[in-house]
Amino acid sequence: MTAVNVYKQRPDKIEGQSPLHHAGLAELVGKGKSGAGVHLREKKLLGHLTLRGDAKDPAFAGGVHKALGVELPVALTLVANGSLSLQWLAPDEWLLIVPRGEEFATEKRLREALGNELHYAVVNVSGGQTLLELSGPKVREMLMKSTSYDVHPSNFPVGKAVGTHFAKTQLVIRHTAEETWELVVRRSFADYIWLWLQDASAEFGLAIEA
Amino acid sequence: MLHIFCPHCGELRSEEEFHAAGQAHIARPLDPNACTDEEWGDYLFFRDNPRGLHHELWLHAAGCRKYFNATRHTISYEILETYKIGEKPSVTEAGGSEKKPVAKGVTA
Repeated sequence: MTAVNVYKQRPDKIEGQSPLHHAGLAELVGKGKSGAGVHLREKKLLGHLTLRGDAKDPAFAGGVHKALGVELPVALTLVANGSLSLQWLAPDEWLLIVPRGEEFATEKRLREALGNELHYAVVNVSGGQTLLELSGPKVREMLMKSTSYDVHPSNFPVGKAVGTHFAKTQLVIRHTAEETWELVVRRSFADYIWLWLQDASAEFGLAIEA
Repeated sequence: MLHIFCPHCGELRSEEEFHAAGQAHIARPLDPNACTDEEWGDYLFFRDNPRGLHHELWLHAAGCRKYFNATRHTISYEILETYKIGEKPSVTEAGGSEKKPVAKGVTA
């Protein structure tokens, strides 16, 4: 373990609120037209950790593999191990998403595996962003309206993840399955993106899922 | 709209994802205290404004958020190559002006 002040940042007793708490997504489940082309689900209050280090250093790459059970992904890719996912953000930066409540244990496991000598950083950024899952046959068309990045499967296969411009702001688009995409949205932009997604999905039909 | 090759992401991305950050290859004096005012002023404030090839610092602001260097022609705005920080440009005014293939980062 490092001498860094590591502590549990989310107390068990206080109920967390997702950035889209005010939108009342739970009340919208099942409403709207049937046969919607876009299904939206907020994967709220997951544990988001930013991991930084030197990927070329075998001690770092090996320590991450030991702690998480996955290899560090290469540029623009995403790897998953059960409910845990690790995504390349930059040459020395990765985004680790773990189920709710596991972030502190994961951080401790990483710090134990990486030891005292290595130069690295693990930061809990769970409160700063949220994950939106979009699925359905029309999601790709909706994304095409929203971003200048090429989301055709030939350029954006499953397992790819890019940070790019989206609806005049910036976020991360992840392609997790054939018709399933995820957006990593900053907390301060969550409301704007939610409004944008409603508008952009209107012509295809939008269904909220729990 | 240009397509610029980000050497970190390894693919061509839309120009709107990038920010230009001025001239590249400006080394900070190793001993600032030993500089004359003129040398320090040159380092801080004075930049080249060439007509022709220019080596520039760019930031992939919306993508990997890392800086890289680009060699750009200031008349045609053609970006002849992009390369990581710490590497030397292969396209220079002095010579070696061999144009790189499209995949290495030229205008679309």
